[in-house]
Amino acid sequence: MSDPKLYFEDFAVGEVNTYGTRIVTREEIVAFAAEFDPQPMHLDEEAARLSLLGGLAASGWHTCALMMRIICDGFVLDTASMGSPGVDEVKWLAPVRPGDSLSVRATVLETRASNSKPDRGFVIFRYDVLAGDTMVMTMKTALMAERRPAGAAT
Amino acid sequence: MKYFEDIRIGDIDTLGSHLFTAEAIKSFAARFDPQPFHMDEEAAKRTHFGALCASGWHTVSQWMRCMIDHRRLADEAQRARGEPVAKNGPSPGIRDNKWLKPVYAGDTIAFASEVIDRRELPHRPGWGLITVRNTGTNQHGDLVLSFIASEFIERLPQE
Repeated sequence: MSDPKLYFEDFAVGEVNTYGTRIVTREEIVAFAAEFDPQPMHLDEEAARLSLLGGLAASGWHTCALMMRIICDGFVLDTASMGSPGVDEVKWLAPVRPGDSLSVRATVLETRASNSKPDRGFVIFRYDVLAGDTMVMTMKTALMAERRPAGAAT
Repeated sequence: MKYFEDIRIGDIDTLGSHLFTAEAIKSFAARFDPQPFHMDEEAAKRTHFGALCASGWHTVSQWMRCMIDHRRLADEAQRARGEPVAKNGPSPGIRDNKWLKPVYAGDTIAFASEVIDRRELPHRPGWGLITVRNTGTNQHGDLVLSFIASEFIERLPQE
């Protein structure tokens, strides 16, 4: 593994970056649903058409997982990430359909050094997941990141 | 699935449990969350987690699977008793999701769900909204996951 390029200190409040895109296929929507969320509205076109979603749509958890992959490839894998303590809020605003092209707009809302552990800090993000121009999901969550060690390259 | 009218605040469902294997943790991570502590035992040892652990998204996705499996069995039991089964709609979202402790390879997580609110929806006839607190507890009795979710539930048909 290469050394991380980004530490806690490298995230600035107000910074906005967009990552992606990634096309979502019908096959992966159905495969994720079969494994984790086997409800007809995520598995079967005809059943989905009759549901409140009005057509085949990805599980909301699949959208979360795809968002995670997009931000991993976008910056998390280059960050001294220590994982996440949780998510304040997820709103599933619109269905994610086969063929949608997803991107993630990441806004840094707040940065906070840990009071109890001097080696880390929390970066609070809002992630807006967009399918084209339509916002399909929004989330507020924290990334725990290592603080820049003395002598680390900047 | 019970109808909205038959759901009470305080109702608790135990949703079953799931063993998180190293293979499943790595398979999920390779697709969706390829951070070293979810992908590789040796790399995970060198992190603050200390051992391979599941992506939080894997944990909540597995909660969903246990919930659906539990609901299917409950639906079959309702049908066997000759009772009608209510439909559910999509969830508008979740909040206060806390990954309280790592879910390590080899952990068995027991999931549960408690109804904490129910609301009639004047603008969406035929549907009500319930709010539940969902939890995951490991084999040591430690709470590892907690989140609040809401979901649309069909109302009893009006005669």
